[in-house]
Amino acid sequence: MSEITPEIVAEHGINEEEYALVLEIMGREPNLLELGIFSVMWSEHCSYKSSKKWLKTLPTEGPQVIMGPGENAGVIDIGDGNAAIFKMESHNHPSFIEPYQGAATGVGGILRDVFTMGARPIANVNALRFGEPDHPKTRHLVSGVVAGVGGYGNCVGVPTVAGEVEFDPSYNGNILVNAMTVGLAKADRIFTAQASGVGNPVVYVGSKTGRDGIHGATMASAEFDDDSDEKRPTVQVGDPFTEKLLIEACLELMQTDAIVAIQDMGAAGLTSSSFEMASSGDMGVELNLDQVPQREEGMTPYEMMLSESQERMLIILKPGKEDLARSIMDKWDLDFAVIGKLTDSKRMVLKFHGDVVGDLPIKPLAHHSPEYDRPWVPTPDSDDVLASDIQEAADTTQALKTLMSSPNMSSRRWVWEQYDHMVMGDTIQRPGGDAGVVRVHGTDRALAVTSDCTPRYCKANPVRGGAQAVAETYRNITAVGATPLAITDNMNFGNPERPEIMGQFVGCIEGMRDACLALDYPVVSGNVSLYNETNGKGILPTPVIGGVGLIKNSDKTATVTFGSEGESLVLIGDSIGHVGMSIYLDVIEGRREGNAPVVDLAAERKNGDFVRSQIEGGFVESCHDLSDGGLAAAVADMAIASNMGVEVIKPAEVETPTTAWLFGEDQGRYLISIGDAESLLEAAEEAGVSAAIVGRTGGNDLTLPGGSTISVAELRACNEAWMPNYMAG
Amino acid sequence: MKARIHVTLKNGVLDPQGKAIEHTLGSLGFDGVNEARQGKFIELDIAETDEAKARETVTAMCEKLLANTVIENYSIDLEQ
Repeated sequence: MSEITPEIVAEHGINEEEYALVLEIMGREPNLLELGIFSVMWSEHCSYKSSKKWLKTLPTEGPQVIMGPGENAGVIDIGDGNAAIFKMESHNHPSFIEPYQGAATGVGGILRDVFTMGARPIANVNALRFGEPDHPKTRHLVSGVVAGVGGYGNCVGVPTVAGEVEFDPSYNGNILVNAMTVGLAKADRIFTAQASGVGNPVVYVGSKTGRDGIHGATMASAEFDDDSDEKRPTVQVGDPFTEKLLIEACLELMQTDAIVAIQDMGAAGLTSSSFEMASSGDMGVELNLDQVPQREEGMTPYEMMLSESQERMLIILKPGKEDLARSIMDKWDLDFAVIGKLTDSKRMVLKFHGDVVGDLPIKPLAHHSPEYDRPWVPTPDSDDVLASDIQEAADTTQALKTLMSSPNMSSRRWVWEQYDHMVMGDTIQRPGGDAGVVRVHGTDRALAVTSDCTPRYCKANPVRGGAQAVAETYRNITAVGATPLAITDNMNFGNPERPEIMGQFVGCIEGMRDACLALDYPVVSGNVSLYNETNGKGILPTPVIGGVGLIKNSDKTATVTFGSEGESLVLIGDSIGHVGMSIYLDVIEGRREGNAPVVDLAAERKNGDFVRSQIEGGFVESCHDLSDGGLAAAVADMAIASNMGVEVIKPAEVETPTTAWLFGEDQGRYLISIGDAESLLEAAEEAGVSAAIVGRTGGNDLTLPGGSTISVAELRACNEAWMPNYMAG
Repeated sequence: MKARIHVTLKNGVLDPQGKAIEHTLGSLGFDGVNEARQGKFIELDIAETDEAKARETVTAMCEKLLANTVIENYSIDLEQ
């Protein structure tokens, strides 16, 4: 009788067509272990089967790129023989089920992706999205996720320097937890997962294997329904102290000449790590599963191959280096076991209790995974809302106060104060500004890191929204004085089998591609999370972009804090008062309408280059990019950060209605404060960049045209109150 | 009535604290500890006198607050 029934195949998330391909590749019926391996290797999470076709269209090359997508993380050249290694990855589904451990193990997983390549992690970033604040689950999820991110990151001793937190009803049943790590390595000491050398030992290090998260990778690729509670597999629990030991042990081992290839065991654990290593080196592997360090009694080969226990690595050593590696792992109190060897068979042979329990061809399984060209329909264009279509605010200052006290505009201090953002001693700019800035240890250089996405734009117009997400990180990085180098992307979408969702994906990729090309800002790593749907209701399309930029002289950076009283505020970039899909329209008029703003990529680049040159020249006292809430919100951010008043003055020649001018979300804009505005305006004219004086710093109050006066202290109190009050609720 | 509740990690869930206890006991010279698992003990003094009703209430407390039922089990002892 056959061990594999159609029900078992279906339970493994393999459809009929795919199962036919399994039979063809195997030349026989697989056993349960083999089927399990197919199932995780061909899950959306590991195989990118719906997204591959489109991801390939993104630009991934440039003189700064040392390694693009395909490895554990992307690698870029940052000069002085150093490289920055970074990636962003989602842990959405596990965080919804167990917010603390889900978020914690998300941080742990992305750290491993980075240090497995030889980098010491130096900065973490977290992009978090939750359901509406009034939803009964939201508070609990925020509390657990933030504590989990902090708990793991703080224990491991890596600063969390930037991130975002957003609320929207579309995330009620599917929160997003996207974690990014940036690491620092020597450019000539990068480690990859490419196995080589027949007979070389395959070594397991780290924690023992338990029955954690079996089928986590397939869960991450399935929609939730109301029965998800019942189907919940054992949640992975993170152990940050072991992770810290693993970082130090791996970096120490990397100093020796012992490693051929190294790969962390992430989703689909031992299966994906061993397959990926063997496949990229076109090798075979023989594993003796009796040697796998086990936490529990009676584990089956199926459980061992599919376990997602945390804090584990797989290493191919050079021959004869076992004792050296073992002594380093012993010193750090980590398990070490030789569990197999490389062969030239190009097959994965699994042995248990002396029997061969699994035998699979490697290349066909890893490379001939299904690739779908899913049907898609473009998102229909939405009617725009014009500046003249909105009511003039009765009091613009009061409108600003309401806006700055709203859930999505309020201060995130409550969140980032739970993260250690100063550990390692190299943090130059803390969270709360445009980008986090960390010094490249022992040098004058620094890295700027940020994450951003505006999902409501992506919903209204995926192409514009995709471009905007990339451009906004470019702007964040520029506003601190850094040169944007490359991005990582975390594509969070609904069910790709629905053509309108696939259309959102395709549109966002198109916009991202345009922006990356225009800004010389390639994609070097990324992650895709699909099926973020509950009961057929998908999340807003959320392509989160993580950007990294370089500051050559860390003395020449800008912050959002004014230098002194009497400085001029200069607005860089054109303002037509785009109010469609703006925060103002949503919060003040309760309308979520209109189209996303256009990103003029040529202007984006020109304005960015200009602002950067002014910061590098040391002319600028402070700088902030404009995004949600437009000019008014940017002024408020700066006044609050500076604890100093400011008066905004609308230039006489501006014809845009005042409310749209203040709150419109036109792209490619920055606000600069400067003592001598004349020379800046001259330089801007020479560079062909629009620049206008729109205000002056000083006093204790903020005043807007068409509005009353509010003290900065009151504005700050409103801005900082929402989050702690909500969480105390 | 007293309700005594033991909350323990489910079988198979990693217990970093238990692991640290086991490791430290070993380094203090206490040999022969094969495994340590730690949990928590909660004692409630409740006004309810009917055992069935008390059990129902305490179970609800465990489900809602005292245990994280995704990764933890609980057991309840009642004593008049």
